[in-house]
Amino acid sequence: MSGYLSVRNLTVALQTGEPILRSVSLNVAAGQVHGLVGESGAGKSMIGKAVLGTLPRALHVISGEIWLDGVDLLKLSPAARRKQIGATAALIPQDPLTALNPSKRIGPQITRRLVDILGWSKQNAQARALELLDEVHIPNPERVMRSYPHELSGGMRQRILIASAFAAEPKLIIADEPTTALDVTVQKQILRLIAEMQSHHGTALLFVTHDLGVVSKVCDSLSVLYAGKVLEEARMHRFFMHPVHPYSAALLAATPTYTNPIDSLLPVSETVIEAVEQEVLEHDIRASR
Amino acid sequence: MIYEIRDLHLSLPDMTRKPLLGATPRIEILKGLSFDVPKGAVLGIVGGSGSGKSTLGRAMLRLLEPTGGQIKFKGIDITHMNENQLRGMRQQFQMIFQDPMSSLNPRRRVGGIIAGPLRLHGVENLPAKVNEALDMVGLPTTFARRYPHELSGGQRQRVGIARAIALRPDFILADEIVSGLDVSSQAQVLNLLADLVRELGLSLAFISHDLSVIRRLCSRVLILHKGEIVEEGETTELFESPKAAYTKELLAAIPLPDPYQKWDV
Amino acid sequence: MRDARGNIRRPIGARLWLSGGWLTLLALAAICAPLIAPKDPLMQDLFLGRMPPFWMEGAEPGYLLGTDSLGRDVLSRILYGARLALVVALVAGTLTCVAGATLGLVSGFYRGWPDRIISRFVDIWMAFPPVLFAILLIAVLGPGLLSIIIAIVIIDWTRFARVIRAEAMSQGAMDYVASAQVAGRTRFGTMLAEILPNVLPTIVALLTLEMGIAVIVEAILSFVNLSISTDSPTWGGMISEGRTSVHQAWWVLVFPLITLFLTVLSFSQLGEGLKDRFDPVLR
Repeated sequence: MSGYLSVRNLTVALQTGEPILRSVSLNVAAGQVHGLVGESGAGKSMIGKAVLGTLPRALHVISGEIWLDGVDLLKLSPAARRKQIGATAALIPQDPLTALNPSKRIGPQITRRLVDILGWSKQNAQARALELLDEVHIPNPERVMRSYPHELSGGMRQRILIASAFAAEPKLIIADEPTTALDVTVQKQILRLIAEMQSHHGTALLFVTHDLGVVSKVCDSLSVLYAGKVLEEARMHRFFMHPVHPYSAALLAATPTYTNPIDSLLPVSETVIEAVEQEVLEHDIRASR
Repeated sequence: MIYEIRDLHLSLPDMTRKPLLGATPRIEILKGLSFDVPKGAVLGIVGGSGSGKSTLGRAMLRLLEPTGGQIKFKGIDITHMNENQLRGMRQQFQMIFQDPMSSLNPRRRVGGIIAGPLRLHGVENLPAKVNEALDMVGLPTTFARRYPHELSGGQRQRVGIARAIALRPDFILADEIVSGLDVSSQAQVLNLLADLVRELGLSLAFISHDLSVIRRLCSRVLILHKGEIVEEGETTELFESPKAAYTKELLAAIPLPDPYQKWDV
Repeated sequence: MRDARGNIRRPIGARLWLSGGWLTLLALAAICAPLIAPKDPLMQDLFLGRMPPFWMEGAEPGYLLGTDSLGRDVLSRILYGARLALVVALVAGTLTCVAGATLGLVSGFYRGWPDRIISRFVDIWMAFPPVLFAILLIAVLGPGLLSIIIAIVIIDWTRFARVIRAEAMSQGAMDYVASAQVAGRTRFGTMLAEILPNVLPTIVALLTLEMGIAVIVEAILSFVNLSISTDSPTWGGMISEGRTSVHQAWWVLVFPLITLFLTVLSFSQLGEGLKDRFDPVLR
């Protein structure tokens, strides 16, 4: 199966040669939601950054292919790559507090991309922004367009960022821990909204999160990462019923679940960690040959 | 009783609405809370952001002074004690902080961090006590020579726990201590805390936004919303038959790792 | 991120070596001036006025960097000038630092009324134009080394007070301060044992910067003839004298100017370098 976004054997490393992503492959089909799960430092955000071309300076793509809308991004010139990404992909960022410019009104922050990059007229962009704010259930959109970010709550700002991500009808959206900074009750609303928008627009969605609970609510499939290596790629229901990799199973058992206080929150055992570390090591040895 | 809290009020100046002239308006954060912490209890305090749960914790340890009501610790009224009066009692109630990176002084080694409070309270034989504390939280004693930034998140939080238990307090307040950790270290830190509380016969108040964690650890739960207690009860009872609408909403919003639990749309 | 940062072994760095080296050299020169200076810095010889430095035509042997209009040896005067410059840098810099940092620390950590008083004072102080203020002070105190030092301290303590206040405030909001309180440490004890070590790198960086500034202030005051009596050589005084004859004898102006520039630059670079070395996370 080859999806709308197809990452093949992507290896990303520090200048020192230390790998951050180890031959990562994954597919996201149009209209599908794919989850990227892992603990901090597993490299899950780096995949999204590699796709969007926003890797930190210290990191470099060593090898691999990133196919977006039928084009291998890594074969394009930097300018052509930016253009291709700008026209087809968008990001829902993690922190709604820092993702909006505090000194600018909301309206221009949504319309700017439409006007500057896609060359829409101001009126069209304005109308589209109002339509989108309505679509993400923001009451009184005209007033919100004239507001500054600090006048709005965290949940409200995240809705605006979602509207803004969908504005240019991208075919791929990358959501990087979009609800981590929010309360559970707000998180629920936002997750529902993302799911609703995604299915309505038929967008491919790459959903980065550390929370298996969240994955089970929004994703169709997922990849489990450890030290930049994909340990398991699975359809969602299969994964939660029968996790294949021992590390996946341990992660599931460690996730707190209030309905099952006895069999959740179990520590990940040393032997599991040693086994994955060994697997990563063996991968590196194979790769260096 | 370890704590008896009656009609606790606390307001703080609202710096965002500071006028050009005159007094700064105050926001009421705690609006008349009453509850007890019995000896040996593990009390969960749950709430969203802005519920006042952290402020409540800091008032219980008298890092903040209440504006009304009463806090009794082991029968002694500490509501308006000044810092000098409190100093003699401080070793009886300790705290573990949310962010171990910010609560461990970056310029001190782990040994010095744990020894600091002990030295202040005139404990003798410091190196042995530090080693003992490290041992109790499952860290090798060689860690005494390391700096906080050289440790992983879970290890740092263990140092925070070691510092709190080293003084052998009667009560510990844990403020969101696992919210910054990965699930794998979360489970280890929680198990460690549960074991220590049992072994040392401590009373614990555990502040968290995560009801799943609370269910695992706590015997009683108190649900806080906008500075008021909306529900309080035995853990099992509260989880199986929640009464307050807010509690129900909170429970329904938790994303369980189960694709068959569907959210009503 | 933590690992990546911890693994980078930082070399001592060229700027720390270069700036430290220059200042050490200067300090040695200042201490040993009577031994190494080729001539008496005050000795005038009107027949040897405006002699060029050694590589130029018409240079007089024994006068490496040439002579000024009164026939005094430029190199010897620079070496002797270093004594005054370094004394002013060390003494005035340290005193300014102690006064300003103490007030800043108290103001930023205790907040409340001490902060209100100190901050208002700083605001008013900073409204005075500093050079004018210095000239006024010297005029009142009379010229002399002590007056210069007092003037620098009085003018510049606000720089420390403001920066250290802000730093102490941000450190004061950290949980390790709350945890010291939970442990039962006194406010004063917390300030010394917890806050001070964390603002120390900033203090060190500011201190060396201040030493550079003190050297400049001294030069400015010499330039307007308000420093020490004219018979002890100062860099500022030399620059001032050299200015009048720059078309005939550029070396009288340029050599002290280069020395001054390198010294002030070294002080600020030393501060930045030391600040990084002090940080256990970066180290």
